Amino acid sequence: MTDNHSYWAAIVRRCRNWNRNSRFSEKSVVIFLWLSAMVSILTTLGIVWVLFKESLPFFSEVSLFEYLMGTQWSPLFSPQKFGVLPLICGTFLIAAGAAMVAIPFGVGTAIFLSEYASNRTRDVIKPVMEVLSGIPTVVYGYFALTFITPLLQSVIADVEVFNALSGAIVVGIMTIPMVASLSDDAMRAVPDSLRYAAYALGSTKFETSFKIVFPAALSGVIASMVLAVSRAIGETMAVTLASGATPKLTLNPLESIQTMTAYIVQVSLGDTPQGTIEYQTIFVIGLTLFVITLCMNIVSNKVLDRYKLKYEV
Amino acid sequence: MKVEQKKMQNALMESKDLSVFYGEYEAVKKASIPIYEKTVTAVIGPSGCGKSTFVRSLNRMNELIPGVEVKGEVLYHGDNIYDSKVDPVNLRRRIGMVFQKPNPFPKSISQNVSWGPKINGMTDALDDRVEEALKKAALWDEVKDKLDQNGLSLSGGQQQRLCIARAIAMEPEVILMDEPCSALDPISTGRVEDLLFELKKKYTIVIVTHNMQQAARISDHTAFMYQGDVIEFDETKKIFTRPSKKQTEDYVTGKFG
Ligand SMILES: Nc1ncnc2c1ncn2[C@@H]1O[C@H](COP(=O)(O)OP(=O)(O)OP(=O)(O)O)[C@@H](O)[C@H]1O
Ligand SMILES: [Mg+2]
Repeated sequence: MTDNHSYWAAIVRRCRNWNRNSRFSEKSVVIFLWLSAMVSILTTLGIVWVLFKESLPFFSEVSLFEYLMGTQWSPLFSPQKFGVLPLICGTFLIAAGAAMVAIPFGVGTAIFLSEYASNRTRDVIKPVMEVLSGIPTVVYGYFALTFITPLLQSVIADVEVFNALSGAIVVGIMTIPMVASLSDDAMRAVPDSLRYAAYALGSTKFETSFKIVFPAALSGVIASMVLAVSRAIGETMAVTLASGATPKLTLNPLESIQTMTAYIVQVSLGDTPQGTIEYQTIFVIGLTLFVITLCMNIVSNKVLDRYKLKYEV
Repeated sequence: MKVEQKKMQNALMESKDLSVFYGEYEAVKKASIPIYEKTVTAVIGPSGCGKSTFVRSLNRMNELIPGVEVKGEVLYHGDNIYDSKVDPVNLRRRIGMVFQKPNPFPKSISQNVSWGPKINGMTDALDDRVEEALKKAALWDEVKDKLDQNGLSLSGGQQQRLCIARAIAMEPEVILMDEPCSALDPISTGRVEDLLFELKKKYTIVIVTHNMQQAARISDHTAFMYQGDVIEFDETKKIFTRPSKKQTEDYVTGKFG
């Protein structure tokens, strides 16, 4: 036992000396860190490059105007139509619906967890939420198809088997844990001294939680909302299962729709030969998604900056 | 003779055999201190003797700390504030508090000051209330042109005066201050001290301080605490010139602490 101990101690000492003595080790650490950062940057650049390269031939056959303004999307059947609006509309339906579920429930959960729940309650709820966010999205998809949709059908008369509403609800449910967890972190990061200040002025628990702590954590809460929307835009499996694969320019959530990511999967699973225009649509849609998410990030960063100025200085 | 008269006067607040426990640990032991209207009462003593714990129990802020238990009574206008009938929220609207570290809300200067009146339903002439409170806190001239700026953009000394303004905007009867100057430079400290002289015309003040000179300068009564016990309570002049306990004398003359 003691032998063993001194053996390890010697190794630890040697490592430490080696670390201290050699400039080389310090440099190699820096290089490693730099390489790690580079990997993600290069990957992103690579993806963008591929998207552009594969998309360009598409636009030599279909005009940008036709693509962006067209109201029909049927690249896989004749007559082929390349109007992206139905897919954008479907994506929007899902994202907006999911946000309407995830944001109020997520933020509500966060306020409850950080301000109202006892430590014991937190210790139960937090792991449950982690499990929820670990469930594969396919499972959520089947849950929507076999539980949410029948439920909707029993309440509302004309709900189709595949419908946007069911997909939106299930994506919303999927993202609640993320919104709750990130907003909870943001609210718990608000120093207690602010809560004490509020209570010492005779504020109630409600006033303290909703009017002092919540606004002070707003930038973090908004960040969680933006992430939730991005996640909803990117979600594929659950939406395909729940909302179907019918590209349709409609704002009626009771009908079947198709989102951009669902379309990409549909084509990828088929036997579309490389180099054809059908194949290229995958990359065009991918590029469109990329631009949309990029714009969202830019806008949300602007918004965040403004709130930071207002609340954190 | 004068001392006698003071003692005859009814105390606005009075702690009676007040003990405060953190779990098993008794941080304040059967403290009995009267607090007279429109005077400044200083609480002094070495670090960890229970000063903060004591003042926090005067407006039930202790309750926010998990595991705290209070025994004994604190009378305010003759009623025990720990009575189950008393709502701590209403109590704290009458007994304000200023903390050791300035803690303005991350909101504008005027929102900071108007917060108390707003939640208290005193929404008439809010701008006037804000101005008046800032003037009383000797901050008005420095901030009158930037009331919309974030309270956190002020200097530490200004932030503390903002917190004082925020507390007095509610028009409380009592203001508890826990080492309000300990994070401030001498000039800011001087301004806050000047302020206290003004404030005690209208408010009853309890102030915790580590600074003997400050206690001697600004307070009318002083309580000396040591390891949770109130060793001595008397007029400040007496505590600093002829204390009746040896421990008090040692402490105020700087022999320990
Ligand atoms: N939240 C707490 N939990 C447990 N013990 C505490 C807590 N707060 C204070 N104590 C203990 O109670 C005793 C009194 O603390 P208190 O903060 O009242 O002292 P103080 O006189 O204000 O000291 P200081 O001058 O350093 O501010 C200390 O021994 C401290 O360790
Ligand atoms: Mg203290």
